[in-house]
Amino acid sequence: MTNNVICQTRDLVENSGVCALINNEQVALFYLPNTEQKIFAVGNWDPFGKANVMSRGLIGSIGDELVVFSPLYKQRFSLATGQCLDEDAALPTYNVAIENDDVVLVS
Amino acid sequence: MVGHHYVETLVKSDINADITIIGGETRPAYDRVHLSEVFDGKGPEDLAMGSREQYEEWGVDAHFGDFAKTIDRDNQKVITEGGQAFAYDKLVLATGSYPFIPPIPGHDQEHCLAYRTIDDLAEIKASAKGKKIGVVVGGGLLGLECANALKNLGLEAHVVEFAPGLMGVQLDDGGSEMLRRKIEALGVNVHTSKATQKIVKGDELRLKMEFADETELETDMIVFSAGIRPYDQLARDADLKVGERGGIEIDYQCKTSDENIFAIGECAVLGNFIYGLVAPGYRMAEAAVSQLSEDRTSFTGADMSTKLKLLGVDVGSVGDAKGQAEDSRAFIYSDERNDVYKRLNVSSDGKKVLGATLVGDTEDYDTLLQYYLNDMELPDSPENLILPASDGEKPALGADALPMGATICSCLNVSKGDVVEAIDGGCLTVADVKGCTKAGSGCGGCAALLKNVVDAELNSRGLEVNTDLCEHFSHTRQELFTIAQASQIQTFDELIEKHGHGKGCDICKPAVASIMASLWNDHVLESDLVPLQDTNDTFMANMQKDGTYSVVPRVPGGEILPDQLIVLGEVAKKYNLYSKITGGQRVDLFGARMNDLPNIWGELIDAGFETGHAYAKALRTVKSCVGSTWCRYGVQDSVGQAIDLENRYKGLRAPHKFKMGVSGCTRECAEAQSKDIGVIATENGWNLYVCGNGGMKPRHADLFATDLDTETLYKYIDRVLMFYVRTADRLQRTSTWLENLEGGLDYLKEVVIEDKLGICADLEKQMQHVIDTYQCEWKTAINNTEKLKRFRQFVNSEQEDSNVLFVEERGQIRPATETEKQRPELKAVV
Ligand code: SRM
Ligand SMILES: Cc1cc2nc3c(=O)[nH]c(=O)nc-3n(C[C@H](O)[C@H](O)[C@H](O)COP(=O)(O)OP(=O)(O)OC[C@H]3O[C@@H](n4cnc5c(N)ncnc54)[C@H](O)[C@@H]3O)c2cc1C
Ligand code: SF4
Ligand code: FES
Repeated sequence: MTNNVICQTRDLVENSGVCALINNEQVALFYLPNTEQKIFAVGNWDPFGKANVMSRGLIGSIGDELVVFSPLYKQRFSLATGQCLDEDAALPTYNVAIENDDVVLVS
Repeated sequence: MVGHHYVETLVKSDINADITIIGGETRPAYDRVHLSEVFDGKGPEDLAMGSREQYEEWGVDAHFGDFAKTIDRDNQKVITEGGQAFAYDKLVLATGSYPFIPPIPGHDQEHCLAYRTIDDLAEIKASAKGKKIGVVVGGGLLGLECANALKNLGLEAHVVEFAPGLMGVQLDDGGSEMLRRKIEALGVNVHTSKATQKIVKGDELRLKMEFADETELETDMIVFSAGIRPYDQLARDADLKVGERGGIEIDYQCKTSDENIFAIGECAVLGNFIYGLVAPGYRMAEAAVSQLSEDRTSFTGADMSTKLKLLGVDVGSVGDAKGQAEDSRAFIYSDERNDVYKRLNVSSDGKKVLGATLVGDTEDYDTLLQYYLNDMELPDSPENLILPASDGEKPALGADALPMGATICSCLNVSKGDVVEAIDGGCLTVADVKGCTKAGSGCGGCAALLKNVVDAELNSRGLEVNTDLCEHFSHTRQELFTIAQASQIQTFDELIEKHGHGKGCDICKPAVASIMASLWNDHVLESDLVPLQDTNDTFMANMQKDGTYSVVPRVPGGEILPDQLIVLGEVAKKYNLYSKITGGQRVDLFGARMNDLPNIWGELIDAGFETGHAYAKALRTVKSCVGSTWCRYGVQDSVGQAIDLENRYKGLRAPHKFKMGVSGCTRECAEAQSKDIGVIATENGWNLYVCGNGGMKPRHADLFATDLDTETLYKYIDRVLMFYVRTADRLQRTSTWLENLEGGLDYLKEVVIEDKLGICADLEKQMQHVIDTYQCEWKTAINNTEKLKRFRQFVNSEQEDSNVLFVEERGQIRPATETEKQRPELKAVV
């Protein structure tokens, strides 16, 4: 198992998102230090707004599901699965983790 | 109006009929009751009741702009002035009435007008343009409404009434006198017991009225509102029976003396009485339709009680308002300090309400009307029904006490039973019930009662109206505000931990961020605030459709230095931004990449600009006109005032954005009356208007206080705004806030001007805190590298977003469309 370092934890913003370029794909990284998983990664492309903006969306919960709200038209996407809760669409998800001070892509 | 209701009722019934409409006016039926709203900016289309498309859909053959001229009863035909002939089996006359113009010599000159149709309004408007004085002849209900319209057109309004009192039909002498006092206090001149003898050319103004008592009055225009006369010529010519004082005689089935001809509405007379209101007209229409079916109903008269606001004065009249019945016994309450007058007429045994007059305060109207209409037995001391309660409790008639048959909305004939049925059918809000029963969609007078009944019903079923902010907080925004303020909670985490659950969402997070900002006013990019904000607040710029941002620097009052304009141009060129003058008197630069925002703002701040908060629910702009400094009409320095106001309130975060305007004189070039806070200069100071709105549902601002000095002006604005911040719902503009505020404008005045709640000092203090802690958010941000960390496209690369592509149009950039993005050669324009 080889882990690629994406960035450091200090590049992240607590309870909010930033964007990283991983193999030329835009990935939204959300840092939720008070959750078990701590870090979530989904595609940055908003399939409804058709722009790279998901990392700039607001984080919240619907029932027990952690979600990100599109900053353009407010659709909700599950952070864990990428599934959209409002319409039939999904964001790709990525397997990322925090190791010491590094944010790594688990492959 | 009544004719339209007839057609609608007939179409919606099971009766099969070919329907033809002949309408003399050029437009389909419209709502005359709200005619005066055309002066407040409504267009004829807003008043429309029927439309040509609607009639077509119903299969109704409709003809407008041609009057019916003769009825050929023998051959059952109607012939119009234009020569068209229409055959009928049954004919319904709903010709209404026309304004009575007293035959005073000189009444037929130019600028002597009437007030009945949309076309009349256009004439009144044209005649009033740029003029000073307008006279209404007739001090009845319509005359007073017309006087208000003239006043709103900027004229000095006079009412000339022949009788000794105003609204003699509906009010007793005491009520009439109180109404006069109130109206005069509002600046309308009332002349009673005045018989006009002649109208001649004026010496200074267009016209001069000469009265029997040898006094005179000069005016620019005269509107007659001296009563109505039924349009009955058509019936007279056809030898139908007409009443002694005009009107087409009908029986309880609305039939005329010809059994194939009906008459309904204001042209009909039943037992020597003409019903000059819509509700009885509608009942007649329904009765007339029913004659075509098996289950026939009758029209046996109708209640003429009314409640209205005339020139801002509440007036109510129930049943026998003057107590003319022989066994009538009156209770009269008069308060000359607050200008309130009430009279309650009860039967001699004190058990039944016979009628009532209310002036200045119609709070008791609903209760009295229900006692009257439902013939309910009065409690022991009926006088308590009109006396101000000493302990705040009043024996108001609970909605529960009303029988199911009680009429709630008399315009649309909706009973309590209908409302209950609608709720049984799944309606859970007043709006739903309105939509389903149509209650409240006529004159609007029943709104309060309707709400009471709906609330009481929902309550009795254990259904509570859900006012939770969202799934994370079972509180309203107002409650959360009070909680946060009282327990000094400064973070979202603490608030949700103690008073909510879950992680929050796009509803509660920004709402709480706004509350925290109004209360504590910390920088938006403080680490605990960042996660709460919508992207616009986080990046202190508005996100555009392609993920880029717009940049809007503040231009207080719209005043800008030439050098600053040059800097805006230079920055736009340097960062390749699209530039546009906004609707708010400033410049918007579009297409900025997130990573360029800090540099762009650095350059703007060096040139003396500040953030314009275009991204925030906060003060946007204070629009100004050029004012007395340059303009030949200006009476105060509106630009200076606008700049001061903008600097005072900039940065105040509120439940929604808010805007202000300052005009230098009544010509109102800054459109202040369409703003949340509007200020208009007068010779003596400033008039303050509140709660206007443009946008989706425009609303004219209400006049709040007049001739204020600047200090008082600020004091009132501080209080109004902070009270709004405390009590409004999330994303509720001031206009909807005021409309939902119980007690409305009067209550707001009590709170702000009279300090009824004793909170004014507190409101001002809170405002002062926000003013004292103002910072330009961009200035603070660009001096703090930690805060700028986020303004990077990627945390691990210097590349830019390859999906952001522009093409050139009219010499500037614009976002490329999806198809254009597929064509690689265009990418050069980036
Ligand atoms: C730029 C501008 C249009 C223009 O090119 O002129 C504009 C642009 C937007 N308006 Fe506006 N409005 C602009 C003047 C107005 C005006 C005119 C005015 O202020 O005199 C109005 C009607 C007046 C009023 O607000 O009462 C107006 C009524 C709205 C509304 C409807 C609000 C309502 O109460 O119905 C929205 C939607 C909202 O706020 O929820 C809106 C929302 C927006 C948003 C924020 C939509 C969005 O979320 O993207 C646009 C942001 C553009 C940006 O990125 O800067 N804009 N907008 C104007 C900026 C003025 C400024 O200098 O700040
Ligand atoms: C400014 C104003 C405010 C009012 N406010 C209220 C209020 O608050 N509450 C209330 O209950 N009532 C109010 N009224 C009264 C209400 O508008 C009338 O009671 C109602 O319009 C009567 O309806 P109608 O159909 O009988 O007559 P109308 O609405 O007048 O309709 C009659 C139509 O027939 C047309 N017509 C006449 N003769 C012919 C012909 N020979 N051939 C073809 N067409 C013809 C007329 O041109 C007119 O369009 C108000 C009236 C006015 C003017
Ligand atoms: S009117 Fe609509 S499209 Fe135009 S700027 Fe305002 S919000 Fe945008
Ligand atoms: S009573 Fe007029 S709308 Fe209900």
